[in-house]
Amino acid sequence: MNMFLDWIDVGALADIPPRGSRVVASPLGDIAVFRAADDTVFALLDRCPHKGGPLSQGIVHEHAVTCPLHNWVISLESGEATGADRGCTPKIPVRIEADRVLIALPETLAQAAE
Amino acid sequence: MTERLVIIGNGMAPGRALETLLARAPGRFDITIFNAEPRVNYDRIMLSPVLSGEKRFEDIVIHDDAWYQRHGIRLLKGCPAVAIDRTAKLVTGADGTVAPYDKLIVATGSSPIIVPIPGHTLPGVVAYRDLDDVDRMLAAAATGRHAVVIGGGLLGLEAAAGLKLRGMTVTVLHLMPTLMERQLDPAAGHLLEQAMQTRGIDVICRANTHAILGDTHVTGVRLDDGREIPADIVVMAVGIRPNAGLAKAAGIDISRGIIVDDRMATSDPDILALGECAEHRGICYGLVAPLYEMAKVAAASLIGDTSAAYHGSVTATKLKVTGIDLFSAGDFADRKGREEIVLRDPARGIYKRLVIEGERLVGAVLYGDTADGAWFFDLIKADKPIGPLRDTLIFGPAFQGGAALPPTAAVAALSDETEICGCNGVCKGDILSAISTKGLTTLADVRAHTKASASCGTCTGKVEALLAHALGGAYKTRTAEAVCLCTDLGHDDVRRAIRDQGLKSGHAVMQALRWRSSCGCARCRPAINYYLLAEWPGEYRDDARSRFVNERLHANIQKDGTYSVVPRMWGGVTSPKELRAIADVAEKFAIPTVKVTGGQRIDLLGVRKEDLPGVWADLNAAGMVSGHAYAKGLRTVKTCVGSEWCRFGTQDSTGLGVKLERYLWGSWSPAKVKLAVSGCPRNCAEATCKDIGVVCVDSGYEIHYAGAAGLHIQGTIVLTKVATEDECIEVIAALLQLYREDGRYLERIYKWMARVGHDTIVGRVVDDLDGRKALVQRFEFSQVFAQIDPWAERVAGLDAHEFAPLAVIPYREAAE
Ligand code: SRM
Ligand SMILES: Cc1cc2nc3c(=O)[nH]c(=O)nc-3n(C[C@H](O)[C@H](O)[C@H](O)COP(=O)(O)OP(=O)(O)OC[C@H]3O[C@@H](n4cnc5c(N)ncnc54)[C@H](O)[C@@H]3O)c2cc1C
Ligand code: SF4
Ligand code: FES
Repeated sequence: MNMFLDWIDVGALADIPPRGSRVVASPLGDIAVFRAADDTVFALLDRCPHKGGPLSQGIVHEHAVTCPLHNWVISLESGEATGADRGCTPKIPVRIEADRVLIALPETLAQAAE
Repeated sequence: MTERLVIIGNGMAPGRALETLLARAPGRFDITIFNAEPRVNYDRIMLSPVLSGEKRFEDIVIHDDAWYQRHGIRLLKGCPAVAIDRTAKLVTGADGTVAPYDKLIVATGSSPIIVPIPGHTLPGVVAYRDLDDVDRMLAAAATGRHAVVIGGGLLGLEAAAGLKLRGMTVTVLHLMPTLMERQLDPAAGHLLEQAMQTRGIDVICRANTHAILGDTHVTGVRLDDGREIPADIVVMAVGIRPNAGLAKAAGIDISRGIIVDDRMATSDPDILALGECAEHRGICYGLVAPLYEMAKVAAASLIGDTSAAYHGSVTATKLKVTGIDLFSAGDFADRKGREEIVLRDPARGIYKRLVIEGERLVGAVLYGDTADGAWFFDLIKADKPIGPLRDTLIFGPAFQGGAALPPTAAVAALSDETEICGCNGVCKGDILSAISTKGLTTLADVRAHTKASASCGTCTGKVEALLAHALGGAYKTRTAEAVCLCTDLGHDDVRRAIRDQGLKSGHAVMQALRWRSSCGCARCRPAINYYLLAEWPGEYRDDARSRFVNERLHANIQKDGTYSVVPRMWGGVTSPKELRAIADVAEKFAIPTVKVTGGQRIDLLGVRKEDLPGVWADLNAAGMVSGHAYAKGLRTVKTCVGSEWCRFGTQDSTGLGVKLERYLWGSWSPAKVKLAVSGCPRNCAEATCKDIGVVCVDSGYEIHYAGAAGLHIQGTIVLTKVATEDECIEVIAALLQLYREDGRYLERIYKWMARVGHDTIVGRVVDDLDGRKALVQRFEFSQVFAQIDPWAERVAGLDAHEFAPLAVIPYREAAE
């Protein structure tokens, strides 16, 4: 289903270090909000498709993050593992409005969390 | 019209036959598979790594659901075939499904033998054959403590090693006098037994199990001699029996297995059998290599290619227990007319035995060093007179013809079926075809696509030689390996540029050296950050975003995303006050595990990230600082009690260790640095396997270095001997600084030493006194900026964002 809940303001862009990430605690579990070197912002569930490593704690490079547990490289754009590894982490809709970071929780996921 | 092919059993053998069939005659058959197991085809031989936790089930799947879909194959999971009607040409499944066939393959594998001793039906008695058995063992390991494995063959030992790795105490009961007696001669069997014992696995040979004990669940095992061994689980791995019952009921000729001819046809020409259930020329095989040969022939027969025939196989066995190298092939029983060549090197733990019959090599047993196994196996299969080779045969291919074959020629000479990577069961042919079909050009590519060399790495040399063989001049061996994919430059190039061009930020380095990526990657960023830090102390500001999480959060990330905290315990000495503070912290933050580490200090494991600052604040208040257990930097200085207490102590080793740790802590280095100081040559602090070690003697201090005890156990070598403590500390600081300035990122001292040479290092830190002083000065200057407790900084508020969530979305807001 493509219906999203309202956008939720989770903080200022400046609160996230460039090439870094912050965590938003949510009923779906932790969400990692990344800020790339070029200030593009991405959000993924904070769960590596490999063994659930916290992606928010990885090193961010280009539009990718290297998981801190076993070094899988996850694309921030698609949530998919790159290279020969296979797996995908759900993406969370995110956008920037007047330097505020807004995310939306997909309804299907929210219901799944109940 | 497409012909209908039905397959009973979905194991490794028919899986391989299907691959060949689909490649040779795509679309020719309409295929239905009955599979008793409720899953797809997987690599059964890799169940042991799943059991031990080294792999997951997903890693060992051979054909996933998508594969069956793509090829239009109907796979009936969890649906055993119960009857074959040869007149009507129908197969019936347990759920009533009926599938008509034109051709039928029976590939039902075999079943584990369960010895019907009293208690064999108790819950907790399991076999070792499929994923469900592994799940049962894992469940037992999660709650129980003791495991008994009945059967000391390949499967039993792999199960034992896996259960041990899962934390159980394990006893192997073996009926025969030595382990794996069918693959090993008694000498090698004994060596194997010793190796299992040193791994903490108890082995009892000549053990006749009398009964399995327990009322509602297994509680133990009683032997004939009355001994009782406690058990929460009993794994029976005493042998297998071909599954030929279904075929027998249908009137197909069977003996022990289903009898097949050289084209894999049974007594009914429309029915083939292959795999472990088949019996060819009186032999039932229990290893995959012969089954894969059968699979190719069966596929050929199905499409009417009569040129392919199976002539039987010689088999080779390798035990897949990490750290035990064992190989056997052919036949090595003592028999009249047979001669043997034996090589024993007890010091290196090596044993090799070759059996020769009438000028031909017929059997080989290798223990401890199995590198030549593939070569011997090829000689056995070739079945030709070995002639003059005989004199030097046991020394392997390297000694033939006087000079060693260059590695490329050596791999070129191997057959396609030769196993290159034992961990992942990857053959030479697999690697070569991946290289050519996928256009692979680097070691990393081969690892990613075939998994060869991706586990323990001991076959890396062979894989590289294969790449060189396949790609010829196009393959560059790693002379100066590039830092990462972002550049072609090596570590030394980058360092030189930082120094010579005065580059002072990561951005400047990437700009000046034309990095291919905009901001580097997870491999080059931490390296560059270290080089800058080492080159420009006080000037360069550490880049937290280029640090691995442990060094950024000053704690070690654990597999569940919590952290571990290790405070310094100078020289391994503590006090009631410190212990009390640790106890209080553990209780206050409900820290689940408190453990003494191998580095003489205490680890608090399972701390939640948000609690880290609080934990540190309390530890700081009691005077403790970060132990850098996470750092590419100084870790621990272990000590023994020394002259202060010990009747053998020659110097105050504890005191020296504390001084060294207080002087050196906080320094960052290319890789971790561990020290130890022992009070006399009895060496209770294990100083001779440390990056830097001191062994005190009556006349002073022996300074050792370049040891390690991790992936490679590496004894130290002596750097020099000095008379006073001060001199000792000075030499060590100089050595550390030289390493800091010269070592490549992640290169430990022993590797650095091997690269630059012991003599060079002695020249700089022992012989050149002025140079030594200058090194020490540079070290002390950098310590001014390094000896700041990172915990205190965080407690004071630095990088507070690391520990707090950006926002918390309450449940209601999300649901509205
Ligand atoms: C905690 C401890 C095990 C224990 O419970 O005793 C431990 C735990 C880890 N060791 Fe170790 N090692 C510990 C003593 C050792 C020792 C024994 C010693 O220091 O005397 C060794 C062998 C000596 C040596 O280093 O040569 C040891 C050899 C390794 C290695 C292999 C290093 C090598 O070069 O071969 C690694 C892997 C690595 O560093 O890449 C490793 C890596 C690790 C890591 C960091 C794995 C990781 O990346 O997460 C573990 C961190 C667990 C954690 O979160 O705390 N650990 N590790 C020990 C901490 C000592 C301390 O107080 O700081
Ligand atoms: C733990 C373990 C480790 C091993 N290690 C090695 C090793 O290192 N090297 C090596 O060469 N070999 C090893 N082997 C042996 C190797 O796995 C087997 O030789 C190989 O898998 C046999 O293949 P197969 O296709 O004949 O039978 P299997 O792979 O056993 O497949 C038979 C399948 O048929 C199913 N089946 C049975 N009856 C029916 C029916 N009536 N209807 C439908 N389906 C049915 C079974 O459930 C099973 O899934 C190991 C085996 C185990 C269990
Ligand atoms: S890395 Fe060290 S602590 Fe971790 S499991 Fe291996 S030996 Fe144990
Ligand atoms: S959990 Fe992320 S790489 Fe393993």
